[in-house]
Parts: sequence; structure tokens; C-alpha cells
Amino acid sequence: MRTFDYKRAEDAHSAVNAHSGQAAAYLAGGTTLIDLVKLDVMQPERLVDINRLAYDAIEAVPEGGLKIGAMVRNTALAEDDRVRRDYTVLSEALLQGASRQLRNRATTAGNVMQRVRCSYFRDGVSPCNKRVPGSGCSAIDGHNREVFAVLGTSEHCIAAHPSDMCVAMAAIGATVHVTGPSGDRTVDFLDFHKLPGDTPHIEHELGEDELITHVSLDAPIDGSGSTYIKLRDRSSYQFALASCAAVVVLDGDRITAARLALGGVGTKPWRAADAEAALVGQPATRETFKQAAATAMQSATPYKHNAFKIPLARKAIVRALTDAAARARGETT
Amino acid sequence: MSDSIIGAAVSRIDGPDKLTGRARYAGDFQPEGMVYAYGVYSTIARGRIAGIDTTLAMRSPGVIDIFHHGRFPRLHRSPGTFAEENVVDEKRTPFEDDRIHYMGQFVALVVAETYEQARAAAYKVRVDYERDAQRAAATLAQGIEDNGVDHANDSERGDPAGAYDGAVHRVDAVYTTPVETHNPMETHATVAEWVDGRLRVFDSTQGVIFTRNTLSRVFDLDPSQVEVHADFIGSGFGGKLWVWPHCVATCAAAREVGRPVQFVLPRQQMFTTVGHRPETRQHVRLGADDDGRLLSIRHETVNSSSPVGTVVEACGGSTQGLYACDNLRISHATAVTNRGTPTAMRAPGAGVGLFALESAMDELAAELGIDPLELRRRNFTAHDQGVDKPYSSNHLLECYDRAAEAFGWSRRTPEVGSMRDGDRILGWGMAACNWEAMRNPCDARVALRADGTASIHCASQDIGTGTYTILAQIASHELGLPLESIHVALGDSTFPHGPISGGSWATATLLPAVAEASRAAIKKLKGYARNAASPLAGARGDSLVYDSGRLSDDSGRSATVAEILGAQSLANAVGEAHTGGAPDSGYSFDSFGVHFVEVAWEPEIAHLEVTRVVSAIDAGAIINAKSARNQVEGAVVMGLGSALLETTEYDERNARPVNSNYAEYLVPVNADMPDLDVILLDHPDYELNEFGARGIGEIGLTGMQAAVANAVYHATGTRVRDLPIMLDKLTDDD
Repeated sequence: MRTFDYKRAEDAHSAVNAHSGQAAAYLAGGTTLIDLVKLDVMQPERLVDINRLAYDAIEAVPEGGLKIGAMVRNTALAEDDRVRRDYTVLSEALLQGASRQLRNRATTAGNVMQRVRCSYFRDGVSPCNKRVPGSGCSAIDGHNREVFAVLGTSEHCIAAHPSDMCVAMAAIGATVHVTGPSGDRTVDFLDFHKLPGDTPHIEHELGEDELITHVSLDAPIDGSGSTYIKLRDRSSYQFALASCAAVVVLDGDRITAARLALGGVGTKPWRAADAEAALVGQPATRETFKQAAATAMQSATPYKHNAFKIPLARKAIVRALTDAAARARGETT
Repeated sequence: MSDSIIGAAVSRIDGPDKLTGRARYAGDFQPEGMVYAYGVYSTIARGRIAGIDTTLAMRSPGVIDIFHHGRFPRLHRSPGTFAEENVVDEKRTPFEDDRIHYMGQFVALVVAETYEQARAAAYKVRVDYERDAQRAAATLAQGIEDNGVDHANDSERGDPAGAYDGAVHRVDAVYTTPVETHNPMETHATVAEWVDGRLRVFDSTQGVIFTRNTLSRVFDLDPSQVEVHADFIGSGFGGKLWVWPHCVATCAAAREVGRPVQFVLPRQQMFTTVGHRPETRQHVRLGADDDGRLLSIRHETVNSSSPVGTVVEACGGSTQGLYACDNLRISHATAVTNRGTPTAMRAPGAGVGLFALESAMDELAAELGIDPLELRRRNFTAHDQGVDKPYSSNHLLECYDRAAEAFGWSRRTPEVGSMRDGDRILGWGMAACNWEAMRNPCDARVALRADGTASIHCASQDIGTGTYTILAQIASHELGLPLESIHVALGDSTFPHGPISGGSWATATLLPAVAEASRAAIKKLKGYARNAASPLAGARGDSLVYDSGRLSDDSGRSATVAEILGAQSLANAVGEAHTGGAPDSGYSFDSFGVHFVEVAWEPEIAHLEVTRVVSAIDAGAIINAKSARNQVEGAVVMGLGSALLETTEYDERNARPVNSNYAEYLVPVNADMPDLDVILLDHPDYELNEFGARGIGEIGLTGMQAAVANAVYHATGTRVRDLPIMLDKLTDDD
């Protein structure tokens, strides 16, 4: 069989050491990696198992946020009382992702590192710039309905980033903590995932052998209401066709702060900054929300089968803002 | 035992075996010395293999051999006929030549010591292809454009064109349905072993006899030299009725390497080389008078087929006789696409055919301003005009009444979008269902044993539907023994000749044979009872009465089966039976039913939910209330998937199925489940068999897509004629 080394690391230092100098992959929950190894799409020569690393805690930080260990499972994160209370949007996003079995296994860092669901990437055969740089993109003129983006695409790749969790984190504001051969550093969550541009095989900011140790969330905004709306063909176990994470703060009926991020439509977890700016200072009305939705999607590029995602994303945005605003008012939705 | 065992809600007798893992499926059998095979599948859909390089793969650890068209034994084709019970859909044998007809066709088979070694080596086989100058036809539309339409069959009565032209009210619409792929939990699996020139196969098949016969033709063996086993099947839905290339290739490879070989098909290849429900394009034209009486029906279908075998999807089958209509035309045609062959998928024909007919009936009801249920009542017929015979037992009107009552249909307001539940718009739709009731010849053997138990043997199989259980019920009824005392053995081609598990005919076929064999066993026991060593020695033959495992004579003597057999050192009293197919009694045998569906449409978020389904089914006598309900519920769920989600997507440039996995090929999940209410009429049809059962595996799927589509129309005003009804077909640009 296609053999690979397996090293179980006991701490970050030994993990980084074991990873360096070869075609290695860190093994966390394995819900992406093992699939892709079996499909022969990823061909690591060494797996460095990081499941024993002590990154399994969710800790409050003095500045008021949460620091989430890389190995915290999706289920544990979604069900943490502080997350449910202060980051409702994150808990809701996690619980609409994958299936219970996968969430029990999948980790925080693994979810950040999730690979795309593009069928041409996964089939191991079709031209794909992500899998074989320079070979071309089969999706642009191929079948591109479900897991393909309309924002942040390039002529080299249109695969959507599949994560729900990351969309909520993009809205909340977060920092990725990494360690590596040259020590520890942090990356702003919004900078972590890269647009495909003409290098779709470079998906993130991690350097050679670097390892994610934590993701820390910005402090929750006082008085905010938040929610995650995910639209899809079936009610569970499907990646978003379009999703929206919204955080809204009101003063009376006026929006004083808003955070908006989109899933299923972007090549990375998509923070809709222009739409946020358009919301602040406006009354929390349906008209305002529709305007913000239009702003968020104005630069979208439709492809043959996924043009419907643009109006669908607008619907997700309007509903998410409506529900988040209601929560900010203290109404239960 | 009392009559109450028939029709009772009996739990599956094989449940504990399945729960504890004692039940063994094809892939669970591991003969001594078994090795593993893994396929290499074509990555083009049309052309030829220019070269295969196995050098690197052969050096991969554990590899024993690699087979391909340049290195494979010469095999024979099966005649592929139903009468000879050796059907194959893909006519060519694997590795027959260098031609590639579809994406995912076997181009090589690697045999290695372990599964992982075989797979790793398979990835290293290098295949060079030469594409044909002509494109591969990826879709039905491309197939029609490139290859034209091949007429298959048609039938006509009256003057359908003239009657249509003269009709005041007309519907003329084209409906399409996509390729659906069978995705049972258990993928296909074959374990093949050769012992002294005899072939023994453990296969995930819906027909051990058919598989045996086919393999005997392919390998030029007498059927007695081939043994096929299928103790348990993780379902098949029609995809496992006939032999597919992997099975033949695995058997051949086992002979070549001289060791047993196991092959398990990867999920991705479920979408290529083992059949699918074909794509259909159905043109329906209805003409009616002011009262809604049908004056003309035309239902003309073209379905996608394959270069390696023609399969006709008989969409118009139900259309022939469901409604009274003197002027009718049905036709079927195919067009070649570069796909593997289609095959039967649960309710072939009517499964998608009634989507078209019952959608058109709803369109006609809207055009007439007549309630859709009333329109169907007005066109009811107790006489099957398709074959000009009365139906043996047709309680469709009662289905309508009872399901409508349970659903609350009388409260429906006909205007589109007129019913609401808060922010959601409700849509109510309905459609009739129909399935031909068939019965085939069958043999069975029943033994009354000295330990007081009984055994049943038949070369049929239980594909998860409950066949083991209903046979035990019938034997329990006939022999007066408790269920726990009945041992049912199926899934072995050396047993008495039994039917494939398909067409919903297993129940109607097996029950009479098992009952008759049970009675033959009792008769045999009575013979033994008169022997000298028996406790009932000398009893007059006609004085012996059997009741619940005991014989009594008219002189007050009585003895158990155990006592009678034990006293003579006999193991058992064996009864054998051969029963025939459907009687030629002047009747047409069909099952009927209706589905009522409620959908809730939330346009603000483009969310469609099926909230309620009420189904009433007239399938003759219900043998097991639990497994019968389970069959209908399962079929309804499958119908919901067909209506809303299922579609195998092909890349139009190269005919590659692109959503060939469980994540992106969508079927309903638990969270999608509506309230299901299944009403089983339970009116025995004694014309078909002595128990009055007609079978219930498929009918529940028919009509479901139309009932959903009609409800969607009622909610949204959008008439979706192209399945599946995904949200992008309903959502606006707002």
C-alpha cells in the first residue's frame, strides 16, 4: 500500500520537529485528511498525530474573549456554556455543520484547515489548480452548483470554503495562534485564509511546519444579538448553499454595530465589511437589511449552475440580520 | 397456531442476528487464503485504451496479479434473458476488448494480499487513453442529439390524436426526471472461491438463482457447478437484481490466482458500473371533457440508455390502465448515452412514469377548476383497459376516501398560495399510486423435525424487506408451531428454486409455495405415523388430524411430531412444493393507492419542507402489519428524495458523474422527515393466491414525486416539471 510514517506527538515542540523535513500532515480529528488520503488526493509521507497535545481547553482571557485550544472538538465548543451565551452565532454555526458523529471528532484547528468539497479536486483525476498547480480549473465550466463560490473566485479556482464554524469566527473576530520552527506568532483570522487568485494551492497563512495551537475569539460585544442562518437543500448533513453569520448591536432601533460574514458563497470565510458599514447608523428595518444584503453581494460573480446563490445569500443575510436584531432587542427567536 | 399470526405486527425474526452482527453479509465471508481485488476505472467515457502500464503497480507491496483486457481469460457472454433467468444489463464481459463506453468502466483489476495493498497498487496502474473524435454523450439531450432515438415499443387504442384534437380541455407538457443512483448501505460485494472446478460465490445479490445461471453461462459450467450465497443483503433497490462486471471479474480473478478473492465496490463506483434509474423525458398529452372525463391520454417516453446494453424505462405502464379512457397511446424509446447501463430501481417505470401522469392530472384539474381528487374519482375504472380485463380487486376509491379523511383534504382551498401557517405558505397536493401485482413459479421445501421445530428452504432471499419473517409466519400458521420453532433458510442457490427479490412479487410468489410445502410435510408425517414403530401405528390414513405439532387419530390416540419421528429414528418429515405463476383467471392484478402531501413554503428564505404525508395503500392482504408499514414508509421517504433531492449530476463535457459520494448525492435525512401516516387497506385478493397478498415493496414510491410537485404548485404557483424540486427552481431573484 502507499505507506506513510505515523508519529504520535506528546507536545507542540515534538510535533513541529516530527513534521519538519518531509511531506507531513498533522492529524487531528482526521475527518478531512483521512478521506482525502483514501481518495489518494492527499499523499502525506508522514502523519503527525497531535491528538495528545494539551490544546483541549476553552479558557477565558483577561481581555474578555475566549481562547480555544486547537484540539477542542466541535461538539464541545458548540455546547460550552460561555460559547452558547456570548457567541450564540458560533454555537449555532457549529451545530448546523456536518453530523453529530463528525462533530464529535472534528477539531477547532482541523475545521479551520478544512479542504474544499469541489468534486474535481476530490476526484483525483480532473484538472485542478489546487491539486496540481497549473493544470487548470475544471469547475469553472463544469458542474458548479452546490459547493462553488460566487465571491472571491478567480479564473483559477471557484471552490467555496466549506466551513460553518469559520464563518461565525469571521463575524465574531478572531486570532489564530500558531507555533513553528521559528517560534510562536499570531495571524488575524480574516487574514488566515487566502483568496485563490492565481495560487489556489496556497490556502492559508501557515508557514512550513507551522501548527495551529489556539483560536482566540474577540470579546463579545455588549448587548449584541447574533445568529447563524444556513440555507441548503436538506435539513442536515449538507454544506451551505448560502449561510450568514450576523452580530447586531442596537441603540433603540438604530444599529450601532454590525458584523456580517457569509458561507457557501465565498472562496474563504467571507466577511462582508461594506455591508457592515452600510448598516451602522441605520434603523433596524427590513429595508436596511435588504440594502445591506444587496451591498454584500454586489461584487458576486455567478457561474453556470450557481447564480441562484446570489439571491439566496441575500435572503440568508436579511433573515440573519432580522433575527440577530430581534435578539439584540431581547426578543427570543 | 391461530390465524392471528397472519397479518400480525411481527418483529423481524432476523433482527437479533443483525443487531448482534451474527448476520453475515457477502463481505463478511472470508474463506481460507482469501485475497483482495480493487478496480481501476476508466477516466474517459468514450474511446479506447491505448496502453496499460502495470510495471510500477506490480512492484507495489503485496500485489499478486493485475488483470486487464490484455491479460484476462476468455469468458462467454450470458444470453441475458428473463426466461432463462440469466439477465445481465451490461452485455459485454469485463476486459473483453480495449473499448471504453462510459466513465468508470473497469479497465483493470488488481489482486493483492490486503485490501489496502490492492487499492494502493490500483492507483499506480497507468492507463493511456485515446478519445474518440466524437464526444461522449453525457446527458439524455446529448444522447438524442448525437445518437438519435431508438424506438422500443408502443401501444395504442382508439384514436388518441383525434380525441385530443376534439377535446375542450387539454394538457400538453413535458416532464423530465434525472438519473438516480441506487445507494443501499451495503455497496456491491463478491467473494469468489473455486474448489475442484466448482465455483462458490458469496454475493450481495437480489437473486441467487439468476446469479448462478448467469455465472454458469459466463464460465461455461453446469449450473450444478456454481453455488451462490446471499444470506443477508444490505438492500439493493433493484441494483442487485442482475450480475454486474465486478462479480464476473472477481470470479475470473479467483480462478486465475488460485485463491479466493474478495471484491467490495467503492461508494464512488456505485455511480458508474452497477446501474442507475435512467434519465427520462416524458411527453404527456391529456384531453378531457367539461366534466373532466378523460377523452385522450398520450404518454410518450424517451430514456437514456447505454452503448453496452439497452434498458427501457416503462414509464407508461401504469398509464395504460389507471384511468378509464378509450383513446390512448403509450410509447417508449431510448437514446444512447455514454453511461453504464441503467437498470431497475425500486418501482421501475411507474416510479417516474406516474410523476408525469399524475402531475398532468393535477394540471388538468387546475385547467378545469375541478378538485384534483374529484377529477381522479370521475376517471376511476375497475376494468383494466390496457389488457381488457377487470381488476381482480381494486379499492382505489376507498384509498381516496380514507386518506382524504385522515388528511383533511375537504378543508383545502384551491387557490394557489391561499393556505397559510404563520409566515409559511402551505400547499396540499395528491397523486394516485399503482403497481402491477405479479407472481412467479416457486419451489420450496419444509421439514417437520424430530426436535419439534420446522425448517423452510428456498433459493430466494431477504433483501431487508422481511421475507424471512413472513415465511416463518406462514409456516407457523400452517404447522401450528410458534415462530421461534421455525427456521427459515434463504439465499442459497442449492435450495429449491425460488424467485428474485424484485418486482414486489416475492410475497405473492413465496407464500403459496411455503404453505403447500408445509401441508406436504404434514402429509408425509401422517404417512410415517401409520408405520409399525409409530405411537399411532395402524391408524387409518384419513383419520389422522394434525394440529399444532401433534397428530391424533379417531381412536383417541395422539402423538407429537417428535414422538412419531423419534420412535422411528427419523430426522424429519419433508414436504416439497412447486407452485405456479399468476393464475390465468381473466383478471388483471394491480395494487393501488394514494398519497396526500402537505408542504410548507417559506419564500423569505427559500425553504421548502414536506410537513405531512398520508398514504393509503390497497396491496391485498397484509401479512405482517409491521414490515408492510415499514415498506410503505421507506418507499414514501425514497419518493420524497426522488421528488426533492436525488440527482446524479454529470459533467456535460466528459460524462463524469460529479457528485458520486454520500455527502453530495443528496437523499433525505432524519431531519427532513414529515409526519407519515400509512393506511393499509388489507383487502385480500384471493384471485392471486390463497393468502390474498399482492406484495408491497414498491407501490409506496409511485406517485410520491407528483404528490409533492402538486403540493408545491398549490403553495407557490410554480409547476416544476423537472425533478428534483430543488430550491433554485422555486426561489425568485429578490
